[in-house]
Formats: sequence, structure tokens, C-alpha cells
Amino acid sequence: MGSRRTLRWLVGGPPFLFLVVFFLLPALIMVVASFRYPGEFGGLAPLFGARPGEDSGLTAESYRVFFGDWVYFEIFAKSFGVAGLTTLVCLLMAYPLAALIARRPKTERNLMVLLVVLPFASNFLVRVYAWMIILGPFDLLFNRFAVICGMVYVHLPFMILPLYTNLEKHDPVLLDAAQDLGANAWQRFWRVTFPLSLPGIFSGSALVFIPVLGMFAIPEILGGKDDWIVGNMIKESFLGTRDWPFGSMLSLMLTVAVLAVAGATSWLAARGMRRA
Amino acid sequence: MRRLALAVEGLAIAVLFGSFLASGGKTVLAGAAFSLLGLAFALGLAGQRGELERFWLWFASLLVYAFLYIPLIIVVIFSFNDSKLNAEWVGFTTDWYAKLFADQEMLHAALNSVTIACVASLIATVLGTMAGISMHRFKPRLLPFLVFTPVAMPEILLGVSLLIFFLNTARPLLGAFGIEMGLGLTTVVIAHITFCIGFVAIIVRARLAGMDESIFEAARDLGATPWQTFRLVTLPLILPGVIAGALMAFTLSIDDFVITFFTSGVGTKTLPLEIYTMIKVAVTPEVNAVSALLMVLTLAMIVTASRLAPDLMRAKA
Repeated sequence: MGSRRTLRWLVGGPPFLFLVVFFLLPALIMVVASFRYPGEFGGLAPLFGARPGEDSGLTAESYRVFFGDWVYFEIFAKSFGVAGLTTLVCLLMAYPLAALIARRPKTERNLMVLLVVLPFASNFLVRVYAWMIILGPFDLLFNRFAVICGMVYVHLPFMILPLYTNLEKHDPVLLDAAQDLGANAWQRFWRVTFPLSLPGIFSGSALVFIPVLGMFAIPEILGGKDDWIVGNMIKESFLGTRDWPFGSMLSLMLTVAVLAVAGATSWLAARGMRRA
Repeated sequence: MRRLALAVEGLAIAVLFGSFLASGGKTVLAGAAFSLLGLAFALGLAGQRGELERFWLWFASLLVYAFLYIPLIIVVIFSFNDSKLNAEWVGFTTDWYAKLFADQEMLHAALNSVTIACVASLIATVLGTMAGISMHRFKPRLLPFLVFTPVAMPEILLGVSLLIFFLNTARPLLGAFGIEMGLGLTTVVIAHITFCIGFVAIIVRARLAGMDESIFEAARDLGATPWQTFRLVTLPLILPGVIAGALMAFTLSIDDFVITFFTSGVGTKTLPLEIYTMIKVAVTPEVNAVSALLMVLTLAMIVTASRLAPDLMRAKA
């Protein structure tokens, strides 16, 4: 048994240690950073041993500012709105395509899926830039609409793939049975296909919703100043105003939001599974 | 069926209306396009059986494919356009490519990108493969959390936490030992490894999950040491997954913008960072040219990867 233990550490140890140092530790340091004072020239003030007149130690100042002003709440609400709209549009566009691919013969399916993934071969910024070229001549740039276009374009495959993976598993016999029992197309879709596809819808939605919340490049490039979301605020805190404690606090709030969304979708998916 | 069509169409119009209001009334044209899409989708969705419905399902799907490809095709077309503006077609030229290859800064950034991607994907492949095997074989509790969270989180969170870590923790710590450290190639490589490990591990574990455990037991029964089992049995079997993971890591690394943006500091530029600066400062067809080239490169990588492991496509989602 001892050798199994050694083996376990030999194989799992290096990636474990690497991720503890470069993922877990930075995350914990960020939690602490959110309770510190901003440094005189940006960054963080020292924890101990400050010079006279300098702030040091811990404070909840960032949280006080955040919870003391509706502006930040509004930005979070706006971010959720943008993410929700993006998810909805992605779902509407992804469903028919995923349904079609799932119904094609096996040989065609892989090709059709590959065609969905191929645009991913281009750089993320290139895909955003493409919308600058398209919307620019029509004077449709720098507004919420352009932001949604860019968000949908960048995240659409994340909705199509889980939906397809789910729809592919459906047994067509179920639809035949429903038809024999007198269900029309509307009933067959809403009472058979749709409930069965809920897990796919939820995992796709989480995969679209969560990254949208943290996005800063798309609102910055395609949107106006009004369209800034949480991601932009975080970026601005770290690189613009250089108020790192505030940025860390915002990052933590985003993490909480992400965990809430992930938790809610997996709960809903589990519930949907039981009902179906 | 008509009720469903109306419901979905209504939803599409509501979505439209929302974005229309939010953006101040400039989107009438786009609005018309979107409601056409909505109508097509509605009819397509309702179509479970029958020729007519199938037609609409195809119609809606082809529109989505068009939505996916037209923007990229436009980028490529305008990279050959003999005009400083991306507005109308003037004439064919390869000047923008010539300009690109004469641009020292751009070439330097490209070299940086390739160097980072090679080193990061190599190390991430080794660590990711180990993580994948470990998760399959020993079912550890904490490792999956460490491996998958960086993949699932918004990238910006990893970016800013590493920024704090490098500048506020690692730099003073190394400074105490007399080692000068700043943001640069090394920090970018470390950051890339951190998020690439997860993707490699997912692919490798998926590959292992589909395998017959008795092969490994047989190797052990025949007296193979763990290392021999790995080198002669496990590795050859998971090799396609490992290579696919490596290509995936390379693609992710060379394409990464967000995490690089936070961990590269002032002096180090990669291709995505250069593109970002160009988009923000001056949009010229040179951006189209570099985009088109980058597209061809990553396209080749993805096609190779998908040949090696068809299940890879789902690994990202």
C-alpha cells in the first residue's frame, strides 16, 4: 500500500503543487488584498511596518464603498442583463442547428460539428474586430446592440455543443410514441423534446453566461462608455485607477456571482432531470 | 405548431426590442434581420417531421452557419483590399501582407507568441497528462477542483489574481534572495500553463475513461513496474489524447488575450496584444492581414487535433 501512496504523489504531486502555488495561493492572496489599503502610488499598501502617515493593515473600506453606492449594484445588474440577453439569443440560434445536427446521419454529424467549431480557430479579438467592420458602415457601433452581437458571436459554439450532445442522445422512438398517442408537433416539442433537453440548455447557458460576466474587451471595443460591465470595472481598477483592493473586492464579488449562477444552473438541471 | 412559432417569434421580437431600446434607436435594420431569423427559427423548431418543416430547420441552420462564417470571410476579403478603410472594395492588393512582414514590432510579437505557446504547451501537456492519469487512477478529492476551476472561471479572475501574486508576493520574495523579477515572458508562460493544464487533463482523462482496465492489470500481473506499465502500455494508448491536448494547449496559448494582458507587463508584446492595440488605436487592413494569417495557422492546428481525437471537440464545452 505504501508504494501506491508514493506512486500517487509521484503522478499527481507535480500538477497539484503547481496549481496550489499558481492558482489557489493567488486566489487566497486576492481575498486578503480586498481587505487591504491601496498603496500611495497604486497597488497595495504594506500589511505591516508602514512609514508614518501611510495606511497599513486590514480594512473593509472597499466593501463599504461597494455596498454604500447604488452605482455598483446597477453595474452588476447591467452585467447580468447583458449576460442574460446573450444567453437567450445564443439559445434561440443554437437550438435549431443543434436539433438538425442531432438528426443527421452519423457520418455528417462530425463534419457539421467541426463546422461549428472552426470559427474558433480565429483569434478572439479577430472575431470581435470582424463586427467592427460589419457594423461600422451602418453606423451601428458603440452601443449595446453591437456588444450583444459580439458576445453572441464569440460564445455561440458554447451553446451549440452541449445542446447537440444532449439532443443526440434522444431516442426518436419517443417522438413516434407521442405522435401515435395523438400529440401534434407543438406538443411533441414542448412536452417531449424540450423537457429532455433541459440539462443541455442549462449547461450551455452556464457556459455562455459565466464568461460574459467577466468580459471586458467586447464592451470596450464594440460598446460605448455606457455599456461597461463588471469585467471593465475590474480591469479599470487594476490598470487604470490602480486601486487594487477595490479591484480585488470586485473580483471576489464576480466570483460569488459566478458561483451563484453555476450553483443555480446545476440545481435547475438536476431538478429538470428528475421531472423529465 | 403555429402557437409555438408565435411564441418564439414573440421572444425574438422582445429580445430585439430590448436591445433596440438599450442602444438608442439605431438598430432598425439589424432589427428586421433579427426578426427574420426569429421567424425562421420558430418555423424550424416547430418542424419535427415533414418536408416543409425540415426545409425550415435547414434554413435556420444555414443562417446560423452564415452568421458564424460571414464575419470571418469579410475580414479575409478586406485584407486584400487596396484601401485604408474597411468600407468598400477598391481593388486587389497584397500590400498589407508586405507591410506586415516588414513590421519589426509585429514580427517580434509573433516570435514571442510562438515561444510562449511552445514552452507553455509542452509543460502544460506533461503536468496535464499527470493530472489526468492521477484523477483517473487515484480519484483524488482536491485535484479535480484545482484542475477544472481555472477552466470554468472567467479568465479575468485568473489574470488579476496572478497579477497581484507576481508583483506583490513573488517579486518581494525573490527580491529577498537577490533575484530581480518583473512581468514578462516567464510570468506569461506560467499563467498559460495554469489554465492549459485543465484542458489537457480533461482530454487525457476522457481517453482513459474509455479504456479497458484489465489491460493495465495484465501488465501488472506480468510483472511490469509502474514505470514500465506507463511507458509500454498506458502512454501508447493515450498518446492521441496527449497530442490532441498539446495542440489544444498550443492553440489556447497562442490565442490568449485576457490572461496575457494582465501578466505580460509593459515590455512584452504578443500577437493578440498587438492586435488589441491596433484595434484600439488605428484600424487598418493590416489588422485584417494579421488576422487572416493567424486564422490559417490555428485552423491547421485545430484540424490536426480533431483528426487525432474526435472527442476533443466536446472537451472544450
